[in-house]
Amino acid sequence: MAAKRIAVAKTYKIYIGGKFPRTESGRYFPLEDKKGNVIANICRGSRKDFRNSVVAARSAQPGWAKASAYLRGQILYRIAEMLEGRREQFVAELQQQGVTARAAEKEVDQAIDRLIYFAGWCDKYQQVFSAVNPVSSSHFNFSVLEPMGVVAIMAPEESSLLGLVSNIAPAIAGGNTCIVLASESKPLCAVSFAEVLHASDVPGGVVNILTGFRSELTDQFASHMDVNAVIYCDGGKAVATKVQDLAADNIKRVVARTRVDWSKADNDNPYLIRDTQEVKTTWHPIGT
Amino acid sequence: MATPENKLAFDGGWEYDPAPESTDHIKVKKRYGLFINGKFVSPEKGRYFDTINPATEEKLSRVADASSADVDKAVKAAREAYRSTWGRMKPAERGKYIYRIARIIQERAREFSVIESLDGGKPIRESRDVDVPLAAAHFFYYAGWADKLEYAFPGRQARPLGVAGQVIPWNFPLLMAAWKIAPALACGNTVVLKPAETTPLTAMKLAEVVQDAGLPPGVVNIVTGAGKTGAAIVEHPGIDKIAFTGSTGVGRIIQKALAGTNKKYTLELGGKAANIIFADAAIDEAVEGIVNGIFFNQGHVCCAGSRLFVQESVADEVISKLKDRMETLIVGDPLDKNTDIGAINSKMQLEKIQSYLKIGKAEGAEIHQSSCRVPRKGYFHRPTLFTGVSQSNRVVQEEIFGPVLAIQTFRRFDEAISKANNTPYGLSGGVWTDKGSKIFKMTQSIRAGVVWANTFNKFDPTSPFGGYKESGVGREGGLHGLDAYVKLGV
Amino acid sequence: MALAAVKKAGRLPDLSKVPAVDEVGVNERVARFQSRSIKKSSKVEALKLILSMIDLTTLEGQDTPGKVKQLCQKAIHLHDAMPGLPTVAAVCVYPTMVGVAKKALEGYDINIASVATAFPSGMSTLSVKLDDTRMAVDAGATEIDMVISRGAFLAGDYRYVFDEIAAVKDACGDAHLKVILETGELGTLDRVRKASVLAMHAGADFIKTSTGKIQPAATMQVTLVMLQAIRDYYKETGKMIGMKPAGGISTSKLAIHYLVMLRETLGNAWMTPEWFRFGASSLANDVLMQLMKQSTGVYQSADYFSKD
Repeated sequence: MAAKRIAVAKTYKIYIGGKFPRTESGRYFPLEDKKGNVIANICRGSRKDFRNSVVAARSAQPGWAKASAYLRGQILYRIAEMLEGRREQFVAELQQQGVTARAAEKEVDQAIDRLIYFAGWCDKYQQVFSAVNPVSSSHFNFSVLEPMGVVAIMAPEESSLLGLVSNIAPAIAGGNTCIVLASESKPLCAVSFAEVLHASDVPGGVVNILTGFRSELTDQFASHMDVNAVIYCDGGKAVATKVQDLAADNIKRVVARTRVDWSKADNDNPYLIRDTQEVKTTWHPIGT
Repeated sequence: MATPENKLAFDGGWEYDPAPESTDHIKVKKRYGLFINGKFVSPEKGRYFDTINPATEEKLSRVADASSADVDKAVKAAREAYRSTWGRMKPAERGKYIYRIARIIQERAREFSVIESLDGGKPIRESRDVDVPLAAAHFFYYAGWADKLEYAFPGRQARPLGVAGQVIPWNFPLLMAAWKIAPALACGNTVVLKPAETTPLTAMKLAEVVQDAGLPPGVVNIVTGAGKTGAAIVEHPGIDKIAFTGSTGVGRIIQKALAGTNKKYTLELGGKAANIIFADAAIDEAVEGIVNGIFFNQGHVCCAGSRLFVQESVADEVISKLKDRMETLIVGDPLDKNTDIGAINSKMQLEKIQSYLKIGKAEGAEIHQSSCRVPRKGYFHRPTLFTGVSQSNRVVQEEIFGPVLAIQTFRRFDEAISKANNTPYGLSGGVWTDKGSKIFKMTQSIRAGVVWANTFNKFDPTSPFGGYKESGVGREGGLHGLDAYVKLGV
Repeated sequence: MALAAVKKAGRLPDLSKVPAVDEVGVNERVARFQSRSIKKSSKVEALKLILSMIDLTTLEGQDTPGKVKQLCQKAIHLHDAMPGLPTVAAVCVYPTMVGVAKKALEGYDINIASVATAFPSGMSTLSVKLDDTRMAVDAGATEIDMVISRGAFLAGDYRYVFDEIAAVKDACGDAHLKVILETGELGTLDRVRKASVLAMHAGADFIKTSTGKIQPAATMQVTLVMLQAIRDYYKETGKMIGMKPAGGISTSKLAIHYLVMLRETLGNAWMTPEWFRFGASSLANDVLMQLMKQSTGVYQSADYFSKD
């Protein structure tokens, strides 16, 4: 009788600057399924991991913003393609984390479709939200959107793949780079999604994904002086208060996306891109 | 290039006689109450404070010091007006009321200009040619948006927020009131506005205009007072949105104070803009742009071009021309039509500017001031340059908010950009070059909300204004300025 | 001969080094001069100064000795009802009329300016232009207003334009040379600035905007650009050059704004007829009416001021 093959367990690591390190802290937490079996050991990301991610995101940002809108669109489309190719893996991971088979399939499909949706916006949102302003003097005046820069995202706890994708896609579609804190209770898809990103021509540092404890990292996400905007997707008044209070230290932009049902079609909208855009207005004389 | 013997002489010879704007048609009451629910009412605690003319240090009037009870009354009036009239009114009708405000300001333009200069110290040339016409234009522009909001937000429905609390600064008193009130009303909100304590008078005049325009009571409420009154507005639970223009320090306090509330906010804060002159620029126009950039409104401008960067090969020429030009600037009576630089807004501000002069000298900077006469009485300050400074100097890093320019040189394009962006601020920037592709490269690279290329300090109601980084959140003006006063739904 | 003159004049400057000019910025600066409010004694002082800076001009195909004599009479007797008025700086006529003017102005401290060099188009050969110049000087002109060859300038033949000015300067002898750029034909302020630099380096004592035969003639915009060129030339060389806007300046208010611009661009040293002139035919009477109004407080009628 042939011996049963030993399965190879996956190591879930974090994603910083296009690399997959373990947390510098060496800490981890065991992720258990409903029955209490350990599925995997998850990195308990630290403030230093976050700091390193911000450095990576900052250095990647100008290049990513300068990439042509067409190229950004192609890369987002590529992410969708890669996710489609690994569809079964993501469905399985969601199920491992307690999502029903049907819901898991729906979530993965929607995540793919949402990526396609935002891929298409990359070279269009500028046309929708820009303006040529008819000033009274002899000047040509126009307002365009520019990325805010580095965006720190605390992804939704429940919608661990679709919610994650729905926050990352509009941020990077608009030329931002980001640091994302994955769902604490369902972190598997985030790490696997990092692998998808890695295989999709997304330049290192454009998306950085950490796993860990929200209670430990919220302050870091909100307070870091080199982060331009912070998005938080869960939490009540206490979290809202803390995030905005700390964010004010560098007048960080704060985007609250709480109580959002990410499966709704309404989340297909370019205003999610606009949330992390600045408006720049340029004047120039008209003369000879 | 300029040798000492080839100097131009601007002193002596033919000079301009005083040409004061007349004040005899101006009516300023001895005392102003609070404008709440369509009426001027006395403050609950009966306290008033003086507002003075910074050019003469004489008292102009007394205005009410609103307590939190007064603010509460104003917020309730605004809420009631929102619920019963303004929020329900047909948008086109709202627009017509706002058009009326624009028209009345145009009719009373001279009166507004004179009072603005009396109360705030700015030269009449600016209040007459810039502040007041732009304020009227702002109301005119946003009036037209009232019934067209569905075109401003494709795919979304814009709804008003409710009651907006607005706190404005002393550098452009009427214009800032217009920037705040016009879009708020157009989007269907009602407002409680607090003007700055040193410049309340044109706001009180604006209250009269609101009355004359027949707006329903409570749609616009104006409460005067100092920081405490502002805090009462920010903290009031009945307010849905805070719009603030002022220092980054206070903006930060407000952002923190609003944490955990559901209030929307826009902040228009400080700046330390870079004005970058390349060797291939139209040098004479660039010099004029430097002057407009830093000496406009006594330098009390958040987007002032207070850090000048000149390419080394033309630095001597630019600085020499700038010094010549400074000799022709007239500092003095704000009401004189020939005055270029009026009075510093307050004693406190004058002392702050003077303290920065000391700091600059102590840091080893070279200082140059124009040789013009300055009135003995009142708060005046000569146009001033610092040279021999670097990014490490405090006068380069901190917002002085006065007619003080810090000059640095640069050699290469990337050096200019890196230094220009080397600041927590990001409100505005300027670039001067004759080369088109370089203009676009520069304007894309400067991290700021407004970039002036081959011009500086231009404003228009259709043109969005606001900062990156610590210079603020949100935009005012233009299509993008509507955003601050609506919530978007499907 | 021309070659020797060119050698004396010095080198053609590198016009690519001339700074760019931004039209909108110039307009804004001019608007700022125009916002100056000149009242009371500063206005009276300005009006008198303007009178003293006028080149009273007649340049028409129909000019006759009779017309020129009348003009000279006006130059001497601006408005005898008002004592203490200065005379104009010069009368400006065609070369054939210089003799008439000379005789009429005998004993008065008024200069005789003559246009020359195939005025106004300048479309002739260098030798004809030089003869034209010498004829005017020989007849008694103390100032020569030449036109540059705009066609050559626009075609980029700066060397030709430069040499021509230098040759005319040489032909002028002791007479002052005013070089007319005809800015209305140059098209852009950038070219105005370049032409100013070229003319000064070639030997101009004055630079002048226009012939008065082409629209637009003098504007504050082109004058400002020329004043700035004069300032830069002075700073570079220490040599003062005069400025003459001509054509289209017919009201006191506008002329006062020119003075404001002069004062704030070049400073006090230029605020004399030696360094600044207005080329105008109808300005004098408007200035006189304003002066009368300032002294009597009553608005004036043109019927009370002689037209010649």
